[in-house]
Amino acid sequence: MIERAVMIEVRDLTKRFGDTTAVDNLSFQVGPGVVTGFLGPNGAGKSTTMRMILGLDRPTSGTALVHGRPYTQARSPMREVGALLDAKDVNGGRSARSYLLSLAQSNGIPPRRVDEVLDLVGLQTVAKKRIKGFSLGMSQRLGIAAAMLGDPQVLLFDEPVNGLDPEGIQWIRQFMKSLAAEGRTVFVSSHLMSEMALTADHLVVIGRGRLIADVSTADFIAGGSTNHVRVRSPQQGDLAELFQARGIQAAPVDGYLEVRDASCEQVGELAAQNRITIYELFQEKASLEEAFMELTRDSVEYHAPAPGSTSPPGGFTSRTSEGAAR
Amino acid sequence: MSTQLLTRPVADDAPGATLPRVMRSEWTKLFSVRSTAWTLLALVISTVGLGVLACWGTNHGWSQMSSAERAKFDPVSTSLTGLALGQLAIAVLGTLVISAEYSTGGIRTTLTAVPRRLQLLTAKAIVFTAVAFVVGLLTSFVAFFAGQPWFSQRGIGATLGDPGVLRAVIGGGLYVAASGLFGMAMGVLLRRTAGAVTAAVAAMLVLPGLTNVLPGGWGAAVVRYFTSNAGQQISYVHQSGNYLTPWVGFGVYCLWWAVPLAFGAWLMRRRDA
Repeated sequence: MIERAVMIEVRDLTKRFGDTTAVDNLSFQVGPGVVTGFLGPNGAGKSTTMRMILGLDRPTSGTALVHGRPYTQARSPMREVGALLDAKDVNGGRSARSYLLSLAQSNGIPPRRVDEVLDLVGLQTVAKKRIKGFSLGMSQRLGIAAAMLGDPQVLLFDEPVNGLDPEGIQWIRQFMKSLAAEGRTVFVSSHLMSEMALTADHLVVIGRGRLIADVSTADFIAGGSTNHVRVRSPQQGDLAELFQARGIQAAPVDGYLEVRDASCEQVGELAAQNRITIYELFQEKASLEEAFMELTRDSVEYHAPAPGSTSPPGGFTSRTSEGAAR
Repeated sequence: MSTQLLTRPVADDAPGATLPRVMRSEWTKLFSVRSTAWTLLALVISTVGLGVLACWGTNHGWSQMSSAERAKFDPVSTSLTGLALGQLAIAVLGTLVISAEYSTGGIRTTLTAVPRRLQLLTAKAIVFTAVAFVVGLLTSFVAFFAGQPWFSQRGIGATLGDPGVLRAVIGGGLYVAASGLFGMAMGVLLRRTAGAVTAAVAAMLVLPGLTNVLPGGWGAAVVRYFTSNAGQQISYVHQSGNYLTPWVGFGVYCLWWAVPLAFGAWLMRRRDA
């Protein structure tokens, strides 16, 4: 059995900003060789957690360790960890090359490595241009180049696909997978379940600063599927009455009748017995987004009112994530 | 993939971010933004330009000056009059060394590469002080040599061999470096360019003049010990009895930047970046 090394360890981590608790007693571990997705709605505390791992924010309590020690004690920081937090976190007044050179020099990384990472992200042609004029996508690539300067074992990416064009998104997905395949630790945050499903092997899901799930992506998706069946029929009303008479919930959705907690066999036979014509009948698969929303529904910080709802917008929900699926 | 690879302790214990390397990095950063060239140019032009203007004006008005005024005349400090403006230019650069990191968010990238904050601050302070002192020293000498011809034709000029003159001209360079460090201290404390520059202008240019309105013995003491009132003595040859001696004055001025810088460093270790 392979014993997994722990590269990033977050233990009882809490961060409060005044009365707001951004990260609430969070514990998880991240191992090498796989892409670990850090998933949660906006405002869940992902960026704050990443900043604490990097020693940028001080935890109110708890610890965050990289290679078993606080990152601020790293002897060779850029060789241990590469991070892309906010791509716009650079002084736009200098050129891409001098920016990367200054970072490389701080850790004794040879200047030729600057050209290598510029090649890696495809920014050679604009290396002498000032960063100020870069698009968000170019800035993201520059941030990735900076993260790769030290050829680090651990990589942290905060919402890396933001602002990238489809080609760029494709590129970064492949890039993160190949880094993990090389045995590196890749920890990447996103608020998009669909994005994580494509790249992450493992998921750490948080909501309102708390851990909701720490599972493999496959298990997470399986856990989120439903037992609903959809049926299309010219006698949809009659069919609905039949189910309701048997205490089975059924409601029209998108031109179909959605039958909750039922199997295709049950629905088909009931329809045949009652001589009801069926055009279409299939098991409904919950989408990843739905699985994610189901899991984090109670932990989204701000809820927009449902369309047509009369409740005030941006109402702060008092429900907690306690009892959410693990 | 082998177990070996997965469990291999990969922490690299070869020292990466050493102080000389971080200083080299800060040097690159300092000279890869345009604001550095602009502020240093402003330092040179304002100090030399205003100095020449003051020398020309003094020479022009010499015949109307009273004997008391003539007795107080200091050819060296007159040629260094422009330091009153030059000190602000270098204080702005000192502020920017810190505040530009915070205003752009670059501090987070910087601290990811150099997580030891005091090491970063030390490297910044050393590199900036060296640059400020060298440029300040050159500026001071240029201002001195550009100003003296107006006086030498009257025989009231100074030469570097005269007592106290070399100390005063080198003192001009020291004063520039200390003023820059004052700006840097404000930058570390306030982290915002506008606030830090305002604080530096107020403390170094506006308030020292206003201290003169304070009454009595304690008022005189405040005048004597207040920022640039104390610091500028290092660039004077003719000392007034109301003020501190050159080196004591400069020492007091250094406390004016050292104490807030130390406090700022303490805060920097504690605050979120």
